[in-house]
Amino acid sequence: MSEFLPVLSYATFFLVFASIFATMALGLNLQWGYTGLFNVGVAGFVAVGAYASALLTTPPDAGPGAVRVVGLGLPIVVGWIGGTVAAGLVAAAVGFAALRLRHDYLAIATFGIAVVIQLVALNAQKLTGGPFGIQFIPKPFDAQLDGSLAFNALYLALTLAALGCVYAALQRLAASPWGRVLRAIREDETAAEALGKRAFAFRLQSFAIGGAIMGFGGALYAHFVGYIAPEDFLPILTFQIWTMLIVGGAGSNRGAIAGTVVVWAIWTIAGNGLRELIPAADQARAASLQIVLVGVLLAAMLLWRPQGLLGPRPSKSPSA
Amino acid sequence: MLYFRYTRNVPHIAAHLSGSMLQIRDLAKRFGGNRAVDGVSFDVHKGAIAGLIGPNGAGKTTLFNCVAGLYRPDAGTITLDGNRIDGKRTSLVHAAGLARTFQIPRPFPAMSVLENVLVGVPGQSGERFWANWFAPTRVAADEAKARETARAWIDFVGLGALEQAPARVLSGGQRKLLELARAMVADPRLVLLDEPAAGVNPALLEKIIDRIAEINRRGTSFLIVEHNMDMVMRLCHPIAVMAQGKLIAFGDADSVRRNPTVVEAYLGGAVA
Ligand SMILES: Nc1ncnc2c1ncn2[C@@H]1O[C@H](COP(=O)(O)OP(=O)(O)OP(=O)(O)O)[C@@H](O)[C@H]1O
Ligand SMILES: [Mg+2]
Repeated sequence: MSEFLPVLSYATFFLVFASIFATMALGLNLQWGYTGLFNVGVAGFVAVGAYASALLTTPPDAGPGAVRVVGLGLPIVVGWIGGTVAAGLVAAAVGFAALRLRHDYLAIATFGIAVVIQLVALNAQKLTGGPFGIQFIPKPFDAQLDGSLAFNALYLALTLAALGCVYAALQRLAASPWGRVLRAIREDETAAEALGKRAFAFRLQSFAIGGAIMGFGGALYAHFVGYIAPEDFLPILTFQIWTMLIVGGAGSNRGAIAGTVVVWAIWTIAGNGLRELIPAADQARAASLQIVLVGVLLAAMLLWRPQGLLGPRPSKSPSA
Repeated sequence: MLYFRYTRNVPHIAAHLSGSMLQIRDLAKRFGGNRAVDGVSFDVHKGAIAGLIGPNGAGKTTLFNCVAGLYRPDAGTITLDGNRIDGKRTSLVHAAGLARTFQIPRPFPAMSVLENVLVGVPGQSGERFWANWFAPTRVAADEAKARETARAWIDFVGLGALEQAPARVLSGGQRKLLELARAMVADPRLVLLDEPAAGVNPALLEKIIDRIAEINRRGTSFLIVEHNMDMVMRLCHPIAVMAQGKLIAFGDADSVRRNPTVVEAYLGGAVA
């Protein structure tokens, strides 16, 4: 029995991350899969959610030489809500500025804002702790459980419930008249406008809600790990979430979740495998190989199954 | 040779010609050096089925796009029921009561015929994000009503059997019918139809003509661009004729048909 415990512990750990990433992938699916908005700043919105939640719930550093002087020590639930809302507001602001412009500007704007957010996290030391990040972010449940299998299992139940709620809400939205307009705009914006739908307003809503969901994912992450730093929110995170969505199938919420599990499994297995195979001196290269491997997976998927595992078949309308 | 077949007029016109619904004044739209619409003025009266004809490239579709808000005119004014609509967003023009179809149909290909038409139903509470969470009963009621309206129009244009089919499988003529249903479901006061007969087989065309006349009798005004002269002469009054961006004639079928400038424009000087 006892030899299974590490495996079980690792499995719950793996699944907690999978469900958090899946939540973020669902946010991206709303933006890209349902609305066609090319957000390459996922990590930025995740960071806003994580930092906002951490700042709301974590007291400032104590003692002499304290770096971080801001922090509220509010309940964790307040942090989750605050992180979600903050990321949604940032997304709304970015969207308001960029969604009127040509489509490719959104990519540039989101990439830029993610870099800016990361730089702010790195340099606004008094607020974010700078490169040291925010430590001792409160975790839910009993403090004695911290780091144990029981904590992982309880947190897993929580992230699964959160994922389930987000999934159910998005499924319902997709089936609603609101989702119908979103699809219409994605298929033919001019025709949708001619039917009285203001594409900009719908895109903005979709972008803000998607950003809020990513922020929620970031908040869930912060209170699981208990420590966040700017290096957690590098563009590699954006790349991971995108790969998860593409592999699973953009436009399908179930696909986004399935893709997350598959890519996250490959990512972790590859990481462990490479660590075993590659001599200690070259471990830094192993991390790069991990990225290459997932990149190859992404490329292969785009070549042979562009709709992903569960995505809707691309609709090719015969030219009239 | 230009060929206008004489057919009986559909008896609809007298219905309620009271005042002008759409006023176009000195409208101009350039593409680079190309004056696609070059100082055009005319009115469409309430209850009319007005026609807009002219050779290829005359500027008819461009004029439609200006009226519907897709293009911002370079000069001139457009008023709908006395309110300026030139330069307004398409969605606002639609909300003001003007619906249009496209010369080349633009269905939402992956969506079903029913969903395509449902998008055209105005005032659905379910299209507001928060209403889906805080007023679900109202949303459900609106949706049921919208479906009923949409189905009625789908049946009306004879696409009932294809209701659940994705729009991408529709034939060219069926796409024209879908566009018509999608425009009409908003209960607009003025409808711009861009070549509703193009690619439609004669039997179906008869149905469309009947239906336009029927919808018109219920009080909706039309402005129709069409190359099928038989249809235009039967259905439209008055008829505006454009050539090279300019309005070259305006009047009833007979006067337009006999107008030498019109004949000249269509023949393009190829035959004297
Ligand atoms: N978006 C555009 N960009 C550049 N030129 C355009 C554009 N739309 C139309 N034109 C030009 O404007 C002129 C008028 O075109 P328009 O489509 O309005 O003609 P039309 O009367 O509708 O012709 P048809 O009967 O063939 O549909 C043409 O010379 C066309 O090439
Ligand atoms: Mg045209």
